[in-house]
Amino acid sequence: MPEPTVPSRRGILFGTAAVSAGALLTACTSNDPKEAKDAADDRAAPVADDTPGRPVTIGFAGPQADHGWLNAINDNARSRAKKYSDVTLEITEGSNDTAAQIGQVQTLINKKVDVLVVLPADGKALTQVGLQAMRAGIPVVNLDRIFASPQAYRCWIGGDNYGMGLNAGRYIGERLKDTPDAKVVELAGVDSLELTRQRTQGFDDALKNYPNITKVARQAADFTVESGQAKTAQLLQAESDFHALWNHDDDQGVGALRAIAQAGRKDFLMVGGAGARSAMDAIKADDSVLKATVLYPPTMAASAIDIARALAQDKGIGGLSEQEIPASITLYSAVVTKDNVDRYLPTGFR
Amino acid sequence: MTQPASVDPARTPAAPGPAPGAAPGGPSRAPRGFRADVRTLSLLGVLAVLIAVGGITEPDAFLDTGNLQLVLTQASIIGVVTVGMTFVITSGGIDLSVGAIVALASVWATTVATQEYGFTGILFTAVAVGLGCGLVNGVLIAYGGLVPFIATLAMLASARGLALQITDGRTQMVTVDSVLELGVKDSYVLGVPPLVLVFAAVVAIGWLLLNRTTFGRRTLAVGGNAEAARLAGIDIRRHRLLLYLLSGLCCGIAAFLLVVLSGSGQNTNGNLYELDAIAAAIIGGTLLSGGRGTVTGSVLGVLIFTTITNIFALNNLESAVQQIAKGAIIVAAVLVQHRTLRGGGDT
Repeated sequence: MPEPTVPSRRGILFGTAAVSAGALLTACTSNDPKEAKDAADDRAAPVADDTPGRPVTIGFAGPQADHGWLNAINDNARSRAKKYSDVTLEITEGSNDTAAQIGQVQTLINKKVDVLVVLPADGKALTQVGLQAMRAGIPVVNLDRIFASPQAYRCWIGGDNYGMGLNAGRYIGERLKDTPDAKVVELAGVDSLELTRQRTQGFDDALKNYPNITKVARQAADFTVESGQAKTAQLLQAESDFHALWNHDDDQGVGALRAIAQAGRKDFLMVGGAGARSAMDAIKADDSVLKATVLYPPTMAASAIDIARALAQDKGIGGLSEQEIPASITLYSAVVTKDNVDRYLPTGFR
Repeated sequence: MTQPASVDPARTPAAPGPAPGAAPGGPSRAPRGFRADVRTLSLLGVLAVLIAVGGITEPDAFLDTGNLQLVLTQASIIGVVTVGMTFVITSGGIDLSVGAIVALASVWATTVATQEYGFTGILFTAVAVGLGCGLVNGVLIAYGGLVPFIATLAMLASARGLALQITDGRTQMVTVDSVLELGVKDSYVLGVPPLVLVFAAVVAIGWLLLNRTTFGRRTLAVGGNAEAARLAGIDIRRHRLLLYLLSGLCCGIAAFLLVVLSGSGQNTNGNLYELDAIAAAIIGGTLLSGGRGTVTGSVLGVLIFTTITNIFALNNLESAVQQIAKGAIIVAAVLVQHRTLRGGGDT
């Protein structure tokens, strides 16, 4: 076996070539210890980098990009795949219809792609087709909305909805900890989605650490500008006096900020969610009530492509001792404020 | 056009348009005209009950001037759409594409190219796109022989698709100050937001059109009995085309109002407007089978919906509870109406 730990181009190239043929076929069963040992030559697995390796075809199936964040997901996946000369991206048309998406994933399975990246419109409903792919020997990278069974994916990568709420709550808590009888309101996202409940739970849990703060109102919007404007106008009318507002989603936040400007209110601070470019611009400009946003980074789609490629080429992740790609990666929901906005600005989606 | 006898019963001699609070005038065509008044009165009753509920549960917030402005503003956009819908349903048709047309018109009006021409560019584009979609609907239905349900369903799908294509899923921000200013407090005329003024004007014109013009009588006649209307010499095709154009025009105006209010264009705009507009018109007393329609009733229907939403929000109700209660209130409002009318001896 070659010296895969030496990060020279030649070594990695050779290592990849030697390993890929056999390892790829069994990539989904690579938790077999013997296999792993052979491949890694009892040292760490070769680390994935930009060096071209064995050609990989990645199948990508996502929901219909009808709003900013999902659009950014597609952009991230596409541009990341383009960066690798050894990656071909087979991308299906986005669909919010479960049956249609199942059909699309099955088409990708039939095309015998090397790896699948699936962001299901509904994670539970797509579990079966995830299992199908894994049984067919195609490792699945499950993006964001999680399948019901761990057998249906090789690696899950996604955002932390609970953490979003937690960090938004912490930020607001720290800002208001010296305000006696502080009141906060919450503009939630689509209430029928589990992620909305998780975000609210995290927010509530964080606020428990600040006994001086009470959540006085919560209204759910629809992730759209129109609903954000309408619901915020209502909230402002209902609560004449509060200190902070947490809005789950920056897309509806465009409407929320509009309603706040229309009402001429400036007497509270607002924290957004997701990390839209418009929100980051407003935070940087510091001329509105919006002082921070908690991230739900669409860069996870780019990372999913990285993981898919590494899986297909049987490489590890740089900087970790692990021989294998982890089974799950939860992204951190950073709080973007005026102080650190420049760092996150490039990831802001339109 | 002389087609009076079969049409008159459907006319609503209630107080004109935007002042639903005004008491209906003396029933000149009793007892038939009187029944129409009972309908309006029962709707006013429902609205009064809601206002009482709002006033009792949230006395400070609900009866506030700002809240009144808010309720009327939020009623404006869907209200304008509902006026157009009332005409279409009165003629025995249906327009399922209103929400999609609002979406398409709003995103088209907020593209960078359109915004270059400022206020007029945005307004003109919104109205033109609305009229264009209405024209396609009308031609397909009136001259292509398509069932309104199918033609407008097709328009719903394609207009939404086109809106998604234009925006690429992105929110298009408006940068034209003169448009944005129309939505803020400084622009209120004697405390009335400009959006509400537009709404009132559309309602007034709609009421006059339906109740005081040949166009209105023809609409009722076509909805009541299309064959009889044709025999009476009405060009049914041309009239249907005009009706869908009218609905499209209303959608275009609503789209502009939405752009003013939200300061942006998004392909998700106007979501489920078709259902809200149809529900408001039906609650208002417009017959889904055609032949009877009332603009006043539709406006009351919209106001009832908006007031319910407002009261729910003020009382901080959860969205699940809101939906259940909204459904229950729709059923209750229609039941109350039927009860009242049956008491009056309606068939």
